[in-house]
Amino acid sequence: MNPIFRRIAAASIASLFALGVSASTVVPASAADPGVSANEIVLGGTHPFSGPASAYGNIGKGIGAYFSYLNDHGGINGRKIKWIDLDDAYSPPQAVQLVHQLVEQDKVFAVFDTLGTAVNTAIRPYLNQNGVPHLFVATGATTWGKDYKQFPWTIGWQPDYQAESILYAKEILQSTPKAKIAVLYQNDDYGEDYNAGLKKGLGSHQNMIVKMASYETSDPNVSSQISTLKSSGADTLMIFATPKFAIQAMVAAAQQSWHPKIYLNNVANTIPYMKAVEKAAGPSATANVITTYYLKDPANHARYANDPGMKLYEEIMTKYIPNGDKDDGNYLYGVSIAYTMADVLRRAGKDLTRKKVMDVVSNFTEKDNPLVYPGVLIRTSPNFRFPITQMITAKWLGSDWSPTGVLTDTRTLISGQAVK
Amino acid sequence: MKRTSSGTLLRVALAVAVVAIVPWIVPSFLVFDLVFVAAYAIAILGLVILTGMNGQISLGHGAFMALGGYVVAVLAHGAGWPYWIGVPLAALACGAVGIVIGLVALRLEGVYLALATFSLAVATPSFLKHFKSVTGGFGGLSLNPVTAPPGVPLDAQHWLYYVSWGVAGVCFLLSALLVRGKFGRALRALRDNPIAAVSFGVNPYVYKTLAFAWSAVLAGIAGGFFAIATAYVSPDTFSFALSITLLIGAVLGGIMTFWGALAGGVVIEFLPLVAQQVNAAAPSVVYGVALILVMMFVPDGIVGGLLRLVRTASFPPSAASVAVEQPTRE
Amino acid sequence: MHELAQQIVSGLATGSIFASLALALVLIYRAMGIINFAQGEMAMFTTYIAWQLVQLGLPIWLAFGATLVIAFAGGVALERIVIRPVERANQLTIVIVTLGLFIAFNGLAGWFWGYIVKSFPTPFPTSPIQVGGIGFSAQDLGIIVVSLLTLGLITLFFQKTKLGLAMRAAALYPEQSRVMGIRVGWMLALGWGLAAVVGAVAGIMIAPVTFLDPNMMQSVIVYAFASAVLGGIESPVGAVVGGLVLGVVINLLGTYVEFIGNELRLAAALAIIVLVLMVKPSGLFGRTVVHRV
Repeated sequence: MNPIFRRIAAASIASLFALGVSASTVVPASAADPGVSANEIVLGGTHPFSGPASAYGNIGKGIGAYFSYLNDHGGINGRKIKWIDLDDAYSPPQAVQLVHQLVEQDKVFAVFDTLGTAVNTAIRPYLNQNGVPHLFVATGATTWGKDYKQFPWTIGWQPDYQAESILYAKEILQSTPKAKIAVLYQNDDYGEDYNAGLKKGLGSHQNMIVKMASYETSDPNVSSQISTLKSSGADTLMIFATPKFAIQAMVAAAQQSWHPKIYLNNVANTIPYMKAVEKAAGPSATANVITTYYLKDPANHARYANDPGMKLYEEIMTKYIPNGDKDDGNYLYGVSIAYTMADVLRRAGKDLTRKKVMDVVSNFTEKDNPLVYPGVLIRTSPNFRFPITQMITAKWLGSDWSPTGVLTDTRTLISGQAVK
Repeated sequence: MKRTSSGTLLRVALAVAVVAIVPWIVPSFLVFDLVFVAAYAIAILGLVILTGMNGQISLGHGAFMALGGYVVAVLAHGAGWPYWIGVPLAALACGAVGIVIGLVALRLEGVYLALATFSLAVATPSFLKHFKSVTGGFGGLSLNPVTAPPGVPLDAQHWLYYVSWGVAGVCFLLSALLVRGKFGRALRALRDNPIAAVSFGVNPYVYKTLAFAWSAVLAGIAGGFFAIATAYVSPDTFSFALSITLLIGAVLGGIMTFWGALAGGVVIEFLPLVAQQVNAAAPSVVYGVALILVMMFVPDGIVGGLLRLVRTASFPPSAASVAVEQPTRE
Repeated sequence: MHELAQQIVSGLATGSIFASLALALVLIYRAMGIINFAQGEMAMFTTYIAWQLVQLGLPIWLAFGATLVIAFAGGVALERIVIRPVERANQLTIVIVTLGLFIAFNGLAGWFWGYIVKSFPTPFPTSPIQVGGIGFSAQDLGIIVVSLLTLGLITLFFQKTKLGLAMRAAALYPEQSRVMGIRVGWMLALGWGLAAVVGAVAGIMIAPVTFLDPNMMQSVIVYAFASAVLGGIESPVGAVVGGLVLGVVINLLGTYVEFIGNELRLAAALAIIVLVLMVKPSGLFGRTVVHRV
């Protein structure tokens, strides 16, 4: 036998004997949790830096910028944050592999702000089995707040989609109880969640919905759907769509001379998009549009000119992402959510453990996040795990969104459905 | 026909030994990644046979992976069937569908087939979403993670690793037997000189369809392991990018040899990670440029290129008795 | 009835989007018998260049003109640098190279300009046009007119100019053309340049409707494939007609066929590709080409 081959064979036999040992050395986290040292906390995340959802990659970059800022200003309880952010290309299998790597190789303390419903659904069981905090996932599906008993290590952050559309339903019932509602929605869990919320909010008045039309992210435009919705005779249009399709929908409606009252989901409401609609189809296209807010809009320069939170944001962007587009709300989302993450770590104290972090996460109130809409609280309790539940409705006034009421808390609306 | 040379045997033995030892010397997350390498290698093996040996370009084998993955997932999720029944059934299902699509493919040549299979890959996610009651729609289906059976002293990742590579070994072996026999001879004859082959009584319809079906079977098995390892399937798992990735893997690895399938599996698993290291801002630029460069300078892929290098360096051309064909160019 | 008319008009508008990109695909196919999977991304990239020039303050028409020149030079350069070395390789290699270009251009655009949806200036008026209760925009009309115009120019170029004839000859009979002194290699490069120009025109026309982002062409290119195949992949007229027909057909299928709905419109378009390829590979307008077995 070839000597090299023999050596390899010997090694493989030796490793077979070693096998029993290594299999039994898998011990759950004890006193010293992974990812925390005297001067460092390691956090890991994945974002789509390539592939169809690359726009959201900037959330990860915003997070990185905030952590850099924090580290340059003393860190958290004497520790700096090491942020490892990998490209999952929005693919669940890819994300699962990367999360294994983050947990087993990079020994992260917690996984933070993984993005997308499918990705998070795929990695949730593994992280919960291994007792790794799976914090503030970037998706608004209801499951992140609702299923904490089954998945105690997982929690969301942003308002859930259902709550937002319940809010629209309440607004409609109040302002235009005779409305005939048409719905344009993205054909996936995100759109379905909005639809479910709308129906819940309308309750016994669901027959106000006269027509629903879905679109696929592979559709070149939504003019056909808008024609269908228009011909239903509806006078109110719900747009549950990502920015590109929401813009197209408003433009198409105007071009078909249809001017319904429009409810626009908040993922698509940033000011440059509204201006884009006006540029393409004239001011009549945005004459009657209502949306909700829970974060500040970085493109709203007039409103936030002297806002200290926005100044902080601009300072961070200028220093750490000098080439980034400050108006891009994804960066702001990242900075804002990283602020909450840092806040939680700070409150968990000097003697940091995963358990302590989860205790904080499931029972805390953050009043001073600099980038949420003024007054919005981020809070949870052991039995209520939807961190952001407050939103404000606003109407488009040609250059800016003008709040139409006071902050509304959707807590009661959500808990009503959580009990069910 | 060629006898199995002792060189080939040695290489296979070496490969088996490497596969056996690797999980004990690499970190555990890599063991998990290597499960995906096994799945990719199985799927790419199908493309080596279909595209390399049979000359049919498929940009749609992700669709068969989807079918395989969903068969396993639906049976496990809905009916609670174990994976060892699910995977063979997935292979059967893909074989059956592969025959049908293979028959269609007979009528399509070259780039036309590439376009048609590309269409299949692009349409797959919308079909998966459409049949919600079975597939769970966009939200997909969550599965129970694999654990080693009682009595086997392995953790879940090592168990999955050995099972997936064991199955990969069986797939490679069966494919080798197929290709070395009458089937392989017929395919090569049809590819290199179709008119002569037909006049010698080789029925192109039967063999080409069978090649398509077999490659679908392999993709289905790979899809099954994808589902099992991820413990989750969704339309996003099997986006059209997966189909393209598979073909890219086959070509980068070397589409003329089985070893190319192995190399291809490694490349498509790890190239994205490397690309991210090179340029975190735009990993796909690195990926795309790398792809073009390889095609310009080593069009027969990593394994093909290496073989050429070894051959021209150490053997006179006539002594090259390696059981690998020279790539033919049309 | 009214809705039907509106759906047809919207379908024509959408179809003209497909048609404009399908034209570019057809040009490359005619020049060298390959399908350029990167055509859509190339068009997207040149559209970003146009956007950038407008941002820099160039008047809109000047920016568009400059973009077309850049697109032409870029197309020629791509052929000489990237395609040329693999030109004689098998089809698979070329398919993979165009896929590589696809991935690289998509990544480059994201890298340079980010992924935020941008609005793109339109040279046409924005007020809606109403004819008998059916609404559309000047942009919709513009795309159709420009597509037809492009088609006309291409046809004239190939039939009436010496260069156009030489390009056709080089594509159909490369060996004989070489003997006759036509520089076949350069003819192919010109083909790529021309296709890039047509793609840039498509991008500039499409972007005001779909808005500008690095992924804007990924769905359009699939429909453009379908249009090109439907019309006959070697026929520029076919590409335009195929695009318009496809636009209307998928709108009608999506609206009136319950099973297909909006969800399976893409699948329906792809089924059309496969069906046409099987039943009449030369498409509606293509010549029947005799292929070697």
